[in-house]
Amino acid sequence: MIPYEEVILEHWRNPRNKGRLPAPDVDVVEANPLCGDVIRLQLEVRDGRVKDVRFDGRGCAISQAAASLLTEMIKGKTIPDLKGFSDQELLTALGGVVKTRLSCALLPLRALKKALSSL
Amino acid sequence: MMDLAKVRADFPIFQKERPLVYLDSAATSQRPVQVIEAVSEFYRKKNANVHRGIYSLAAEATELYEEARAKVAGLIGAAPEEVVFTHGTTEALNLAAFSLGELLVGRGDEILVTAMEHHANLIPWQLLAKRKAARLVPVGITPEGELDLGELARRISPRTKIVALVHVSNVLGTINPVAEVAELARRVGAKLVVDAAQSAPHMPLDVRELGADLLTFSGHKMLGPTGIGVLWARGELLSEMPPFLVGGEMIREVWLDHATWADPPAKFEAGTPPFAQAVGLGAAVDYLSSLGMEKVRQHDLALTAKALEGLLSRDYVTVYGPKDPERRGGVIAFNLRGIHPHDVATLLDQEGIAIRAGHHCAQPLHRLLDIPASCRVSFYLYNSMEEVDLFLSALDRVWEALR
Ligand SMILES: Cc1ncc(COP(=O)(O)O)c(C=O)c1O
Repeated sequence: MIPYEEVILEHWRNPRNKGRLPAPDVDVVEANPLCGDVIRLQLEVRDGRVKDVRFDGRGCAISQAAASLLTEMIKGKTIPDLKGFSDQELLTALGGVVKTRLSCALLPLRALKKALSSL
Repeated sequence: MMDLAKVRADFPIFQKERPLVYLDSAATSQRPVQVIEAVSEFYRKKNANVHRGIYSLAAEATELYEEARAKVAGLIGAAPEEVVFTHGTTEALNLAAFSLGELLVGRGDEILVTAMEHHANLIPWQLLAKRKAARLVPVGITPEGELDLGELARRISPRTKIVALVHVSNVLGTINPVAEVAELARRVGAKLVVDAAQSAPHMPLDVRELGADLLTFSGHKMLGPTGIGVLWARGELLSEMPPFLVGGEMIREVWLDHATWADPPAKFEAGTPPFAQAVGLGAAVDYLSSLGMEKVRQHDLALTAKALEGLLSRDYVTVYGPKDPERRGGVIAFNLRGIHPHDVATLLDQEGIAIRAGHHCAQPLHRLLDIPASCRVSFYLYNSMEEVDLFLSALDRVWEALR
């Protein structure tokens, strides 16, 4: 059996930036009711940049690993940069995801888009 | 015993180069070449719209369509005119809810449903209750995952007009005591609607013995084509029920401002019916009958018993539903500790093992079990004991990879 890509297993077992921010500027929840995956994403924004970020959630390894990885990728980025963040960027960073699970992998990105649109 | 090698050879999908371990027959079954050929032959040689043409080809097509109806009736111990072809269980249950609702349900009346219903046997009743200002009364399950018959007995009353019950749960696998519920319903004058989507394909079934008033199932879960389903109802009841879909074929006479209905089953088959699919379903019934439904049941049971024993002996697995295989259809839902069902299904898929993961169209039940989703394996007449072993050992590897 080939388990998931190492990057997915590693982020799933050791999630980065997991938890809550004391005073987030944005706080969004995105869920996939079909499988019960839930991602909460919080951003602290200073001078047009993501100063800090946290996620919390539950669900499958892919959605949780993708959320963890995404928080690393967006920290320090400017808001206009993030608006151009593509699905492919995240999928590539995850080492590729089988097509039946794209909605899991992209759930955190949907949370990010929601966060950006409410800024 | 069934000759498994011979059965498997009838299913082209298992002749692919990469072996397929298909453990999702509760979602849809595979089809034997006999069914595929019957549909193909129909289109090649017999195709014409049914009940319409005067020409001989149309008469032949009609005959095949009605023959299929008689075969289905024979399978469930019904009269052919009690068998209505629909496009599936879902349509049949919507028909039942609409039509019985018009006939029987008024303000303040009650409709009993259970916590283990598929959404198809829940939402139509929710909408009916709303439409008629009636009350939907849910009945729970026991910790073992069986219907709480005591609660049902307490909740049923002369206000109850309809009881909607799944025969075999597509998640818990539980075989519900339909005959006992039918007796309770009969005493208060309520009609019993049975969702047999997971039972009709898998066990001998006699509608009179069950004591149901209406019963529904889908062709695609019993070796037949997609797009065909069955609604059976007692003849007297079917005659009283108003039509659901209306239009061509289901009428006696039409004026500009009103119309009268044909007799059942035509009254409930508006428009061009799925006739090629009906012929395919007829071939599927022939296939099942030639094996014998009791043999099919015994085969499912042996696989289920083995899988259940294997799952229950693994301490990282939680199994939902009865622990006794005799009390189940060939369906087992389970979870691996701390691992999402989608991850389990994806990793098993890498080994060519197809299982289901999700809420299986039973969200209220999953909420009750306090889980977002579950894994599900389900068996049919083409599955083997070796496949159960392959599944169980692959499951150990999933656990090792993700624990
Ligand atoms: C118990 C049960 N009821 C109803 C259905 C709905 O059947 P269909 O999708 O064929 O209409 C299914 C199958 O998904 C089922 O398992």
